[in-house]
Amino acid sequence: MKKMIRTDKLVFEYIRRDEEGNVEGITRAIDDVNLSVEPGQFIAILGHNGSGKSTLAKHFNALLYPTEGEVYVDGMLTEDDEHLWDVRQEAGMIFQNPDNQIIGQIVEEDVGFGPENMGVPTEEIWERVDESLKAVRMDKFRKSSPNHLSGGQKQRVSIAGVIAMHPKCIIMDEPTAMLDPNGRKEVIRAARGLNQVEGITVILITHYMEEVVDADKVFVMDKGKVVMEGTPREIFAQVDKLKALKLGVPQVTLLAHELRKSGVPLPNPILTRKELVEALKACR
Amino acid sequence: MSIMLNHVNYIYDEDTAMASAALIDVSLKIPDGQFIGLIGHTGSGKSTLIQHMNGLVKPSSGQVFFNNEDINDKDYDKKKLRAKVGLVFQYPEHQLFESDCFKDVCFGPKNLGLPQKEVELRAYEALKQVGFDDDYFYQSPFDLSGGQKRRVAIAGVLAMKPQILILDEPTAGLDPKGREDILNLISDLHKTMGITIILVSHSMEDVADYVERIIVMNKGRVAFDAEPREVFSHYKELEEIGLAAPQVTYCMQELKAAGFDVSTDITTLEEAKKEILKALGK
Amino acid sequence: MLRDITLGQYYRTESVIHSLDPRVKIVGTFSFIISLFLVKNFIGYVIAALFLCACIKLSNVPPKFIFRGMRAIFFLLLITMVFNLFLTPGEPLVSFWKIKITKEGIRLAIMMGVRLVFLITGSSLMTLTTTPNNLTDGLEDLLKPLKKVRVPVHEISMMMSIALRFIPILMEETDKIMKAQMARGADFESGSIMNRAKSLVPLLVPLFISAFRRANDLAMAMEARCYRGGEGRTKMKPLVYKRIDIIALAVIFGYVVCCLVFGRILFR
Repeated sequence: MKKMIRTDKLVFEYIRRDEEGNVEGITRAIDDVNLSVEPGQFIAILGHNGSGKSTLAKHFNALLYPTEGEVYVDGMLTEDDEHLWDVRQEAGMIFQNPDNQIIGQIVEEDVGFGPENMGVPTEEIWERVDESLKAVRMDKFRKSSPNHLSGGQKQRVSIAGVIAMHPKCIIMDEPTAMLDPNGRKEVIRAARGLNQVEGITVILITHYMEEVVDADKVFVMDKGKVVMEGTPREIFAQVDKLKALKLGVPQVTLLAHELRKSGVPLPNPILTRKELVEALKACR
Repeated sequence: MSIMLNHVNYIYDEDTAMASAALIDVSLKIPDGQFIGLIGHTGSGKSTLIQHMNGLVKPSSGQVFFNNEDINDKDYDKKKLRAKVGLVFQYPEHQLFESDCFKDVCFGPKNLGLPQKEVELRAYEALKQVGFDDDYFYQSPFDLSGGQKRRVAIAGVLAMKPQILILDEPTAGLDPKGREDILNLISDLHKTMGITIILVSHSMEDVADYVERIIVMNKGRVAFDAEPREVFSHYKELEEIGLAAPQVTYCMQELKAAGFDVSTDITTLEEAKKEILKALGK
Repeated sequence: MLRDITLGQYYRTESVIHSLDPRVKIVGTFSFIISLFLVKNFIGYVIAALFLCACIKLSNVPPKFIFRGMRAIFFLLLITMVFNLFLTPGEPLVSFWKIKITKEGIRLAIMMGVRLVFLITGSSLMTLTTTPNNLTDGLEDLLKPLKKVRVPVHEISMMMSIALRFIPILMEETDKIMKAQMARGADFESGSIMNRAKSLVPLLVPLFISAFRRANDLAMAMEARCYRGGEGRTKMKPLVYKRIDIIALAVIFGYVVCCLVFGRILFR
């Protein structure tokens, strides 16, 4: 079976210039990244600000091209010009700022923007808009102006806009960074729904650890490299390492970690409150 | 020195079809030296509330007093008030504009009409207070990381020597390490300078570790106003208005329900750890 | 004051005017504007006023909402009227020192004032009842012939629709920046003109930086959603003339004829 996304020795460098435009130096934003994503997976990429995770994400949608190495989306090389639009259609992208990615003045018009660009016939655009808005439960707001929606609702509209293009994979680049806790929950719920109900591969880039607990696989990035890789359980078992990478850990996991240090024999890691209570019962 | 709000109401877009109440009958007293967390989700009125405190927004009815003077009196000097009640907005991008960080921090004191020497002295002090590295003083503020920008923005207000510092979601958009750094900085400012701090946030966990008093806003009203343990004991009501207590508070509740002999009014990780160890007899 | 600008805002409601084809509304608005400059007498303006009032009534947009936009152009209106009042040569009515007010001046000032108010109201009504996307679609379609002479019609209409979408966002942002700087003691309201101009720097720099960032983000988001210009694009809401549109066109034609006949030819 073809991998959904595969990178091969991916390197991305950009040239820093001073105010006069002279070259100051070269920054390696992505350094030898090899990763692969299976179709249907829910993947999380973690990392602090500036760790290269957003730059990596932009490679999956052919918004950036590798300096060295290769990126394949569904078996297509992203640098191949003839596949450019197929890559962008198959791998949809959600960005951080909800305001800066909504083009339409009315929710339904924005959702139709992608299919319009793809040359989908009018009638089918309407069908796609209907089903996409339903999938993120925003059909009630289809005639609203995006300016009157909350942050979480705007992000859901953006997600609908991507679904309407019938992608196989959605890459979400810190979609919750500018939202409040309610908005964050809404967006994550929508993403999980897509993954489970529609079977769309989701790649979630974030620095909120609570959001990755249910992922199939987690990649942790630092200084352009993938430094940790595994299931959430394997990742959260290494609290000290995560802290060194400037990342937080859910409070329950942290509490269990502290208790373990004080000699309470708890399993590693603890991800939920329920697990903690059960484990503590066993210690009594 | 204190702020007092007396039955403040604020109606947004008054006398239009879209009029809506942003604040409803808010009465508060902010005494000197407190470290206060102001919590509520988007649209709860918390941003409107803090803008009343330095006179950026005028109440539709009710009064705001600073040191027993009504700040909306005609001849009240608003500029002086804004130096005393410093307000740092959510996004530093909304205020940084000068070619280097030092000049940007000078903007506030310069507007107060201070002599150049005093202006620069204050800017220097303020940048030091926020732990800003000398090397970056003359760098453009636009090239800085999110956390550093935030420091410059806070320094820009500190340089006016406020007695009350209000910060609107100072950790939004930062990564976990950045959040912790900024919260520690604010806590240090409170300890070393003794100024009153009002920290606006929608994260209970951020706030619980630091503040001595929490004000919860919901739909334009003050829903709770008490010390953290008292507020979090209402965790069920908090959930109803779309907020939550820190995870550890829930843990203790669940442990208690499972038959552990633990106290439930726990708000921080340290307390939780001690309490559990005690219950386990260690 | 920034909140008051209604030009370029869409008022969501259901009405006959809302349901009209954007091309009809554009043609109608332009005919209306041209008619304002063609009529020469009082009767012509009465006809224009009646036509405008009828349109407002049909649009279900509260008149208060439309006229709120007038506050923003108040100064422009004032300046235009003052200039015409004092600088029109002719038979002097009142004169003191070097200033004189002429009969022609009064006439012209009132006429210009009325024209300006009608013009703004008319175009506000168009934007209030037409979604910007719809509006630009209409423009694109009307300007299609220009494509043959290599005018990038699609690109222009896309740019306009994006500009319109971001106006409210940038306004809100302006408000926030102003408040953030006022919290640092900035003063946008008093002082000499020079000082006031200078005081705009702390407002404009963050605003421009933000606008550029938004533009950059948006370009990327559009590319990610397969945007590649007008070629091969289909429409979610293609424009089709309906019966009501034909009727509206007839009404507009009737109005223009009335204006010409009563406002210009019959009564001089």
